[in-house]
Amino acid sequence: MLATAVIVFREVLEAALVIAIVLGASRGVARRDGWVLGGIILGALGAGLVALFADVIAQAFTGNGQSLLNAVILLLAVLMLGWHNVWMSGHGRKLVGEIKEVGAAVQAGKKTLAALLVICFTAVMREGSEVVLFLWAIAASGGREFGMTVGGFAGLAVGIAVGALLYRSLLFIPIRYFFTVTGWLLLLLTAGLAAQAAGFLNQAGLLPALGTSLWNTSHILSQQSMFGELLHILVGYIARPSGIELLFYAVTLVTIFTLMRLVRWRAARPRALVRGSEARAEAQPTGS
Amino acid sequence: MRRRLIPLALLAAVAISATAYAEPPTAHLVIKNRVFTVQELMLPADTKVKLVVENQDSIPAEFESYDLSREVVVPGHSSIVVYIAPLAPGRYNFFNDFNHAAQGWVVVDPPGQSKTGGRE
Repeated sequence: MLATAVIVFREVLEAALVIAIVLGASRGVARRDGWVLGGIILGALGAGLVALFADVIAQAFTGNGQSLLNAVILLLAVLMLGWHNVWMSGHGRKLVGEIKEVGAAVQAGKKTLAALLVICFTAVMREGSEVVLFLWAIAASGGREFGMTVGGFAGLAVGIAVGALLYRSLLFIPIRYFFTVTGWLLLLLTAGLAAQAAGFLNQAGLLPALGTSLWNTSHILSQQSMFGELLHILVGYIARPSGIELLFYAVTLVTIFTLMRLVRWRAARPRALVRGSEARAEAQPTGS
Repeated sequence: MRRRLIPLALLAAVAISATAYAEPPTAHLVIKNRVFTVQELMLPADTKVKLVVENQDSIPAEFESYDLSREVVVPGHSSIVVYIAPLAPGRYNFFNDFNHAAQGWVVVDPPGQSKTGGRE
């Protein structure tokens, strides 16, 4: 029962932390919760489908189907997280202003909200399908049904609780620094997911490793430890990284960071200099 | 100088693509009763290996390794492919993420000292 709880917790944790940071980073965006919830529900449905067709997926692309699917899901998440972070860096100043006035929310375009949905969808689907398969494996191997159910739900509950705790803690950050902190959290998280995608493409034989075990810090901080696992999820910590993982991490980090700076710099320019199309794309404040 | 470099570069390109497209040696790993049938999988040093993981049970397993950054579900009664990048000599832990009692090691001996070149 405890083993079941621990494994389910580990799977749920990754999705919960991603959603917590994304929720934090999109604070003050109107209609955010509905889109996030939609993404979670669609993700759960997707997880069921992936689990149901696990053998079909596994056999696809000469036994590489699953690695490719994971890589595609992760790269989609990286793209959406990058988009979202760049958008937020252009609107952070405005959001701070609105949040200081009680109850205000900033209207975001459909694209930004859709990105939120896709991020939550991918996080839940990827981790959720493993939870479903794992629980099935336990049930089918003659594990006691009751203990398994309790363990599974306990793992799920604790995972969600840790995510909620992270979100609550983020809200304690003074609003002046809030979006700077969430922007960095999101940036490092995204780079870590890109590194994971590189790992999957390498394990499918599509990309060279460019050197395995560039360094080995598993004796200092094992990835199997709870803290190592947390750092792996939050900032992409890998104890024995390969060259391709490092490359994907660095390229993603530098690219999104540069775009964020560029957008912030343009947003900070006097309004008169902003061209018409951009002025229209600017968020409109609403009272609610 | 330039004229001599072009054929050299061409030769290097051919050599690189030949190594890239040559089918790497294959190793097999079997999961039975939710554990690996061997605890130590010998692999050659500095060689890309195509690892076929076969699950003989009816329930799914997950071949996972932090040391190798590998993670792939192996559904019941099926085989999946996972490529192992060229490895330096050493020991690399792997496990069944759906049953942590099932642990194993990829063992890479220094070149020349290798007892076997994979299990095939």
